[in-house]
Amino acid sequence: MTITLVFLAALLAFFLGWVLSRTVNVEPWVADGGSINDHLPEILTTPRVGLAIFLAVASSVFALSISAYHMRMDWGPDWLSVPSPALLWVNTVILVLGSLALQWSWNAARRDDPAGRRRWLYVGGALTCAFFVGQILVWRDLTAAGYYVTANPANSFFYFMTGLHALHLLGGLVAWVRTVKRDRDDTPSDVVCTSVELCTIYWHYLLVIWFILFALLLTT
Amino acid sequence: MAIAIAVVVLLVATVLFHVLSPWNLTPLASNWGAIDATINLTFWVTGLVLIAVNLFMAWCIVRYRYDENRRALYEPEDKKLEAWLVGLSTLGIAALLVPGLMIWNNFVHVPEEAHEIEVVGSQWHWYFRYPGEDGVFGRSDPRLISDDNPLGLDPNDPAGQDDIIVMTPRGYLPVDRPVKLNLRSRDVLHNFKVANFRAKMDMLPGQVSYFWITPTRIGEYDLVCAQLCGIGHFAMRGSVHVVSEEDFEAWLARQPTFAELNGQREPDLAAGQRHYANCIACHGNEGQGNQLLNSPAIAGMEAWYTKRQLAYFREGIRGAHPDDEYGRQMVPFATLVADPQTERDLAAYIEQMPPVSVEQTITGNARSGERLYRTCGACHGRDGEGIFGTKAPRLAGLDDWYQKRQLQHFQSGVRGGHPDDHYGPQMRDMSKILVNDEAIRNVIAYINTLTGHEQSRALPELAGRND
Amino acid sequence: MAELGHDATSHAPPREMPEMELPHGHSFWTTYVFSQDAKTIAIQYSVTAISVGLLAMVLSILIRLQLGFPNTFSLIDPSAYLQYVTMHGMIMVVYLLTALFLGGFGNYFIPLMIGARDMAFPYLNMLSFWFYFVSVLVLIASFFVPGGPTGAGWTLYPPQLISEGTPGIHGGVILMMVSLGIFIVGFTMGGLNYIVTILQYRTRGMTLMRLPLTIWGIFLATMLALLAFPALLVAALMVLLDHLAGTSFFMPAMFSMGEQLPHEGGSPLLFQHLFWFFGHPEVYIVALPAFGVVSDILATHARRNIFGYRMMVWALVAIGGLSFVVWAHHMYVSGMNPYFGFLFATTTLIIAVPTAIKVYNWVLTLWHGNIRLTVPMLFAIGFIFTFINGGMSGLFLGNVALDVPLADTYFVVGHFHMVMAVAPVMTIYAAIYHWYPKITGRMLHEGMGKIHFWVTFIGAYSIFYPMHYLGLMGVPRRYFAWGETAPFIGDDVVMLNAVISIAAIAVAAAQLLFIYNLIRSRKHGEEAGPNPWQATTLEWQTEHTPPTHGNFGKELPVVYRWAYDYSVPGTKYDYIPQNVPPEEVEMAEPAAGAAKT
Repeated sequence: MTITLVFLAALLAFFLGWVLSRTVNVEPWVADGGSINDHLPEILTTPRVGLAIFLAVASSVFALSISAYHMRMDWGPDWLSVPSPALLWVNTVILVLGSLALQWSWNAARRDDPAGRRRWLYVGGALTCAFFVGQILVWRDLTAAGYYVTANPANSFFYFMTGLHALHLLGGLVAWVRTVKRDRDDTPSDVVCTSVELCTIYWHYLLVIWFILFALLLTT
Repeated sequence: MAIAIAVVVLLVATVLFHVLSPWNLTPLASNWGAIDATINLTFWVTGLVLIAVNLFMAWCIVRYRYDENRRALYEPEDKKLEAWLVGLSTLGIAALLVPGLMIWNNFVHVPEEAHEIEVVGSQWHWYFRYPGEDGVFGRSDPRLISDDNPLGLDPNDPAGQDDIIVMTPRGYLPVDRPVKLNLRSRDVLHNFKVANFRAKMDMLPGQVSYFWITPTRIGEYDLVCAQLCGIGHFAMRGSVHVVSEEDFEAWLARQPTFAELNGQREPDLAAGQRHYANCIACHGNEGQGNQLLNSPAIAGMEAWYTKRQLAYFREGIRGAHPDDEYGRQMVPFATLVADPQTERDLAAYIEQMPPVSVEQTITGNARSGERLYRTCGACHGRDGEGIFGTKAPRLAGLDDWYQKRQLQHFQSGVRGGHPDDHYGPQMRDMSKILVNDEAIRNVIAYINTLTGHEQSRALPELAGRND
Repeated sequence: MAELGHDATSHAPPREMPEMELPHGHSFWTTYVFSQDAKTIAIQYSVTAISVGLLAMVLSILIRLQLGFPNTFSLIDPSAYLQYVTMHGMIMVVYLLTALFLGGFGNYFIPLMIGARDMAFPYLNMLSFWFYFVSVLVLIASFFVPGGPTGAGWTLYPPQLISEGTPGIHGGVILMMVSLGIFIVGFTMGGLNYIVTILQYRTRGMTLMRLPLTIWGIFLATMLALLAFPALLVAALMVLLDHLAGTSFFMPAMFSMGEQLPHEGGSPLLFQHLFWFFGHPEVYIVALPAFGVVSDILATHARRNIFGYRMMVWALVAIGGLSFVVWAHHMYVSGMNPYFGFLFATTTLIIAVPTAIKVYNWVLTLWHGNIRLTVPMLFAIGFIFTFINGGMSGLFLGNVALDVPLADTYFVVGHFHMVMAVAPVMTIYAAIYHWYPKITGRMLHEGMGKIHFWVTFIGAYSIFYPMHYLGLMGVPRRYFAWGETAPFIGDDVVMLNAVISIAAIAVAAAQLLFIYNLIRSRKHGEEAGPNPWQATTLEWQTEHTPPTHGNFGKELPVVYRWAYDYSVPGTKYDYIPQNVPPEEVEMAEPAAGAAKT
């Protein structure tokens, strides 16, 4: 549980700092002319805050899975690490490229370049699909080599965590499809830009999660 | 106003209930008196706070009841008062925590002189293991557990040969000697709880948990399971006997070791057939039984069950109740086969007799019976085939009139009420699920449709040896 | 005075938040069924939660019938009993309390109390309810699959959860996990909304420190839920894999019912850690909104500011934070490393300090108040009494050494029903009696309300207080019957249980009266007016009662003061709504200076 607790402690410290900065030395019973305001800074738009909260929830899922991974690994002597097929490295590169493509799409969107926005959006989606295919190949190869999901807890966790990651990416693809739809119909440009932005941030986040999971699988 | 009075009345009732309640800690029988003392201390501290805060609240409700000519006091906060309250609460809580942690420190450190025993939980029974003369437990592995090796001991480990295995849910502990109880489970989670000892702990499959006590009072204590472990949870009972050192050694010496249990020779079926001559008159040539003589069909009955029942008849545990007139007839015959080898041969012979088809004499609604049977099936098997692991004999293929009588006997305590009957109490509790005659007929009608007796069974040999 | 709110906003400076686009319904379906109005969603949540809660209440009566009058009912066998116990617990904790406090109260009060038109993401909000609704249907469906619902206890511990000997290990347990999964996904959508709305859509002047405590409670509880439910999700997914795919996350090698199972080396304790990592915060997911609601109700009906508002806020934050580091106090006798006991006993008892502060401040709010003993106030006082009593027994159970004899006994049953069943339910009733006039425009019948209160309060106390003593004696929980085989549990226990059961039936009957009152008053209740309790918070200052879609009139209200300006010296009325500017406060005759203290 250490990892989960560290994650939560970081979140809590952040939250506490924020709450205290707005509450210490405030005398709530003092009435005034109604001009005071303590909203979040402008840069934290509502969609961004929403995404940030969602990422905190997703992080909780992954942190708990990683905690469970460690606890189960330390629990019994039956742990046999899964080999990491070369294909996983290829998939990692594909995922990095997908993330970059979306970043470029976002950059184009901010430059007000609809053609570039659309191009890179498509490239990003295609690369993500390629990552999916790659992951399915990895699972197939491993199963073919006898690393069944039930054969060993390490295998179970491998499938569980990569599956969880894929599931989150799948959810991202749903958002991506919606963004493409908005991109193609006559949705105002700033709304599309927000959609692209949210996709991009989510992709970056899942890339970081993938790095963490991959590193975990490589090192244990 | 009424609410203020109600608060005061409830407070008084609370205190009175606490003082007068006949439901209180069971008499202490272990070294954990400090737990009781801290519980009492906590009662005092929390009780005083409870009374003080609630009385203050009740007073406020009366004193500051609504009056349209009065204004409440506008006072956002009072830092000094709050600081005092925080400080006092912290002190009070520390005063409770410190003794608690001191006891816990004692709890987690097992004294070096403690001897060890093992308790194994199983749906829904208890096993005990003592390390034997060498004082060392043999290795065990859940993968080695089978009906012949209920605790999964490694037969090749020399340290395990003299281990004493107690298959009945009745353990013995010497008084005034610290003991570390190592806890395991064969299947699901259980919890070893003797209320009088205060200490308890969950038992888990795949790991050993422990706690330690020093029994301080000679006596017999109820052992119950305190972790929900399935349908039979409430009937998972046993007992722990705290006895003097001499009685403990004497009892231990009477128990067979793992090696002795494994070393018995194969039963002799031909001899068993000869001994069966004693049974033919009532139970018939093929073990088909005879309702006119009140003798049930016994062909194919599990050897472990036959042996347990013969022993019970002999020892006055079954068939001794004044209302058990048919059971009484069985007693002299059980005495005829008192020799352990004779009994083993006979039981093995009965077991291999092909089950006969019995006549149906009881009608009922098998469909409602099916629902009732799900409780029975938890131990006796879904097809009524009987499961040695749950110590439950086969039901399929038994005479229905016999089953009905036994169910009634269990319900009334004619059977299963003897203090030395280790398995009867469970069946007594279970039989009460059948709340009327109709329910009994329905469940029996359903059992009549079961086919568990036609399955081929791997029959345990060790089974029932030291019942 | 009530129309003052609207006048005040009409010449206030313009808002800083952009106007929301409200998705208005255009047909019956989009207005009442797939509505995106938080208030409609709130009512959908509440009605669903209360309905499923009534089912759980019926289950509890069946449980009590068995315990009070054993060997009487053919319907109730050990399997059915365990299934009732499991479903009662799960429904009450998750599908009633969590859903009602956050989905019901959260949706209704967040936008109204912070001065917003609606939630930040109305579409997600609607989806959230329908996910919840489907999760309830799936849960109920488990009653109708072969084998029935799971009977492993609401704690769902493996290995018994999925091994022979426990009822409902086939369809029942799968549906339970699926239902929880759907619930969690739906809740995440709703929870995102509550947090984002509170962060982003507070109206001008509504600073954090001016939020009513109800909002603080819901806000923090939602954060806990968002971070804690993933633990249950992960555990549920893994246990499903163990069950369906044959993995060994939690399942060790075991010999079940005469057979070796194919699992190897899994850790049942790992499940317990994950479960309680969710399960303990879950207690506060229910308790924190209750704390908030009861604070506001006490202040309103005692005509006094909540005592020590800042302390109350920080105590809520502290309790919320600490609730993540106490989970293993549910596992003192689980066979985990016993050294954890030192740490978790300490954190657990530390959490008692901020909780005690809250209790003191509630009572100190009554002190020097001007107390109107309305029905909501009675329930709020009932809450305090019950909560103190339940909290005290928590000091036994949290203190690791004392928990050893008491764990898994009726002491635990008494304790958690007192703190997390009776106390929050008292709050729910206080809240419903308090806000029903705003939601429907009519008062609930007071006489029936009082009968409801007295039977519930006295009845619930006589159900759960004596249980502590059964526990002290060592009577284990989750027992179908006590039989005659454990002499330490005598016939007097059965007698006491019969008394408890009779009390339980009386309490259940009183709840039916409440339901009748709810339905009857909808049409025949006394007209309430916009602000019958003369309360200060924004929901009472709306233009319409009940509030229309969009909540407020043309302009959003501007907030000038905290939510607790009751009995401010020198003013004409004993309350000043939050949206009244200082210069418009009516002074008492003769005018006596500034309205401020």
